[in-house]
Amino acid sequence: MAQRTALYEKHLAAGGKIVDFAGWDMPIHYGSQIEEHHTVRNSAGVFDVSHMTVIDFKGAATREFLQYLLANDVGKLNTPGKALYSCMLNERGGVIDDLITYYMQDNWYRMVVNAATREKDLAWINRQAAPFAIEITERAELAMLAVQGPEARDKVHAVMGGTINAARELAPFFAAQCADIFIARTGYTGEDGYEIILPAGKASGLWDQLLAAGVKPIGLGARDTLRLEAGMNLYGQDMDETTTPLESGLAWTVAWQPAERRFIGRPALEQQREAGVQRKLVGLVLLDRGVLRSHQKVFVSNAGEGETTSGSFAPTLNCSIAFARVPAQTGNECEVEIRNKKLRAKIVKPPFVRFGKSCID
Amino acid sequence: MSNIPEDLYYTKTHEWVKQDADGTLTVGITDHAQHLLGDMVFIELPDAGSAFNTGDDCAVVESVKAASDVYCPVSGEIIETNVALLETPEVVNQDPYGDGWLLRLKPNDAGEVEDLLDAETYKELAAEEAH
Repeated sequence: MAQRTALYEKHLAAGGKIVDFAGWDMPIHYGSQIEEHHTVRNSAGVFDVSHMTVIDFKGAATREFLQYLLANDVGKLNTPGKALYSCMLNERGGVIDDLITYYMQDNWYRMVVNAATREKDLAWINRQAAPFAIEITERAELAMLAVQGPEARDKVHAVMGGTINAARELAPFFAAQCADIFIARTGYTGEDGYEIILPAGKASGLWDQLLAAGVKPIGLGARDTLRLEAGMNLYGQDMDETTTPLESGLAWTVAWQPAERRFIGRPALEQQREAGVQRKLVGLVLLDRGVLRSHQKVFVSNAGEGETTSGSFAPTLNCSIAFARVPAQTGNECEVEIRNKKLRAKIVKPPFVRFGKSCID
Repeated sequence: MSNIPEDLYYTKTHEWVKQDADGTLTVGITDHAQHLLGDMVFIELPDAGSAFNTGDDCAVVESVKAASDVYCPVSGEIIETNVALLETPEVVNQDPYGDGWLLRLKPNDAGEVEDLLDAETYKELAAEEAH
């Protein structure tokens, strides 16, 4: 039997169509995925992301451990509350997961990892942590809501009032703990908003208040089209243990400096960088009529072949877009094979959409 | 529960067929099918004049979620397609039995339509799938 979040009954009440996602009964949409997508671009929507895994790290050696565990450097985090996006790599430089780490206090970091990778992540982290004196606690008793869109923050301020005073002035990519409510100005949509981690018993109340304030429930379907337009990778599709960040559009998340920082996967990445990275992840915009999907074959003249990793109709752009892993020397255009036809696509640098506006010509 | 008009024929693959007075057939996908697929974003239609056998894939409907083939319910020749859908695929969601029709077909054998499912049988099939 699939796991259910504290909001499962709320999803049913809101007309959510429930599907299995990584062993969780989650809403894929509440009627129209495209309408939900536009709601987040134009006003405000709320996602139940309680299936994601929250892990707390405590102890004086935490910073040192995370500097070893992650390809990005938590040493960059000098202000409490600051968040960092990073990949967690294996020794071959392959991506075990992508995640966000929040530096809350010198002896407290919080990490949010994907639901589908929960078990292997926890096993890997605990194994790597053995030599370090730190305490690692999964916070399965917490729920997580993402409220996203141009009106999201105002709605949250109106609903949560004084309980989150410390959050009102949060800069992007910062978090604050307000009593038992953790609130971060982060997200996975390319819009402004918050991710709120709170005791599961409080999730339904907040959900009801948000809906009463006009915030609409948004399913996992729109979450996927929003993140794709925003140029954000999805673990398991756009990168996995067989690909490195350098081949996945994530070179910017690898902190090479300081040179003496030893992190897991560093030697493999350095070797790949010196040998020359053979493949890259790019954005595609379909020029002909059709819909890009994952695992379609990509042809690049004089460079070879590649494959789409994520693809969809993009509601904000009213055309089809994708990520594709292609030969490094790929230029500005390619062809994608859809049902035995080769369709023309333009190659762009993601994001496709940011803050409701198109980023492509 | 989805809408399943009594006066239409149906297939197991969720096409509906309407018999017109002149013997031609109008074909679309059912309300149940559009509901399962979700928001339509792209429709590919055959050329008028092309011929298909029963069960051939003759059109494609793509929702934001997935691509789905449309199978020719009876063998015949395409005489018209609903090209308005190329610009407004969402009409298949809004009006699957009306303005969301996909194509018109001249059947090779006028009797073949009788082999299709009636509304009652299709209703049972759709109800089973809903569980």
